[in-house]
Amino acid sequence: MDRFKGTGSYILSDALREIVNASIVLRRPLLLKGEPGTGKTELAQVIAEDLKLRLIRWNIKSTTKASDGLYVYDTVQRLNDSRFHDKDVSDIKQYIKLGKLGEALCAQEQVVLLIDEIDKADLEFPNDLLFELDQMSFDIVETGEHFKASHRPIVVITSNSEKELPDAFLRRCLFHYIEFPDPEMMERIAKVHFPDLKQNLLTQIVAKFYFIRQRHELRKRPSTSELLDWIQAILAGGITEGELNKRLPFLGVLLKTEEDVARVAVH
Amino acid sequence: MFVNFFKALRRRGVPVTFNEWLLLQDALSQNLIDSSLTRFYYIARSILVKSEGHFDKYDQAFLECFGHIESDDDLIRRIEERLLQMPPLQLTEEEKRMVEELSLEEARARFEERLRNQDDDLHVGGNRAIGVRGRSPYGAWGYNPAGIRIGQHQSRMRSAIQIAEKRTFRNYRDDVTLDTRSIKTVLSYIRQVVREGPRDMLDVEGTIDATCRNAGELEFIWERARKKRIKLMLLMDAGGTMNPYSELVSRLFSAAKDIVKDLRYYYFHNCIYQELYTDIEQMSAVSTRKVLDQTSRNYKVILVGDAYMAPSELLSRNGAIDYWYRNDRPGIEWLMDVRKRFRKVIWLNPEPAEWWASVPSTRMIQRIFPMYELTLEGMRSGARALIKA
Repeated sequence: MDRFKGTGSYILSDALREIVNASIVLRRPLLLKGEPGTGKTELAQVIAEDLKLRLIRWNIKSTTKASDGLYVYDTVQRLNDSRFHDKDVSDIKQYIKLGKLGEALCAQEQVVLLIDEIDKADLEFPNDLLFELDQMSFDIVETGEHFKASHRPIVVITSNSEKELPDAFLRRCLFHYIEFPDPEMMERIAKVHFPDLKQNLLTQIVAKFYFIRQRHELRKRPSTSELLDWIQAILAGGITEGELNKRLPFLGVLLKTEEDVARVAVH
Repeated sequence: MFVNFFKALRRRGVPVTFNEWLLLQDALSQNLIDSSLTRFYYIARSILVKSEGHFDKYDQAFLECFGHIESDDDLIRRIEERLLQMPPLQLTEEEKRMVEELSLEEARARFEERLRNQDDDLHVGGNRAIGVRGRSPYGAWGYNPAGIRIGQHQSRMRSAIQIAEKRTFRNYRDDVTLDTRSIKTVLSYIRQVVREGPRDMLDVEGTIDATCRNAGELEFIWERARKKRIKLMLLMDAGGTMNPYSELVSRLFSAAKDIVKDLRYYYFHNCIYQELYTDIEQMSAVSTRKVLDQTSRNYKVILVGDAYMAPSELLSRNGAIDYWYRNDRPGIEWLMDVRKRFRKVIWLNPEPAEWWASVPSTRMIQRIFPMYELTLEGMRSGARALIKA
């Protein structure tokens, strides 16, 4: 089994890399939490790229049910077909559609399964997945078929802590909280996206960014993606270090509410 | 292995279970830790701790159990340097065969004996056995691949002890912080799915049933979509002893107002009597009986108060703290009425839980309502109690 090393375009901490590898070896799902914009979702993509596996992405909504992730039995279509005699309605298989989890379990090769924003779903949702994630197998009741994953998928789960996850579920996962990057790491991230950016300017931008971020009264604190947009704007506007020293241009890129802009602009 | 660490975590209230402990042993035996204390710090944390709220407690437990160990990665580096200085082992074929014949038990026994006799300035800790194994000039071990593995991966990580000492996650502690956002998060746990809005979702079961009754002619049945909502009633103590906590209660209140559409809220003075107040400054009162009768049983009720009062305020007629206030029923009966009326009621107390037992009125109220601390952790347990079937 190859070890996950991380790719050039995604800066990740050594701790996280070790934990990803631990979750692969120990065959447990990896649960990721952290502020928005810390790259929780991207990590799954990077794992897939690095290990050259297919990524299957299951986006969870508040109405998503666990059973839908395995398969959906399209009864309405079958009922409808039964009125016209152009299809063989006794063949139930054609009305079974695999969901994302089902797809991952039925895949011939090993895949990376991303269960994105699991906290959006109903409280019982994670518990309903326990058996399938443990055993990596499921039954289709209607056809009596049984599927078992030939290669255990690498499972990455993200949560924004909108809801508490059940203990039984947590016990089965490895957990990592992605901290907001420190300035040094942030510079590395910015350099990956803007390799030509001058070091002096970058240091200054990052310093200003953390100065703004540290203000507690902000309603929404800017995250990495906003910083990257800001750098883009500063470069496009041809702002020099000298100018940046005197004022904070394009604040609207960093701060998304009028009150926040007003608060920062006054000072 | 490391049972004292397990115990230290449990003692600090980190809910580690035996299964997770076994998983850690699994990780150790698969050599995931690779003799690095830093790696152990992170991997053990990912296995044992499932909430950033407990990270700080983990750091403390880690310091308690491993804080005395000198920086491990540094040690490995030193060992590695010495290893490099050593001439590579030259073993004859016969010697190699002997090494292979050596069982793990025997090897370990010999190794341990070696360790005991070794007079060395390096500090030796149990979890570094592999590391020391590698630096031993004892031929057989140098040949063993496990012995040479030390420090193969270069590490840019800071030492685990330094990380734990920094206690970066202090601000995430559940029992300290309680800002509006975290209160909202907790309150949103108690949102429940109900059917609401226009009938625009196909009810498959109903459709099949209706179609069958209709002799096979398709008949669609529609139902309302599922939506989330909470019905919540807040009853807040605005009595004098609550003054130190008024900021906290107002944060709870504003968070509740933001996310709960059907929020009902009333104030009371120390204890509930026949009247509740909709506005504490103007003392605009409503009848408690009316509020109880007109609020659906399905409302989740949270009482917020320090439960700190003279026993007479709770037990006597006309016992209210306000001299002019006449109550013909003792407060405790009103509290019991609240408890009986609603399916789910909890009491949140801003005073630390360890004080409760020493306050007679608190003890009595605890017998009526499940009481939780007004902290993030307390609110979480409270929210769990509110949604339990």
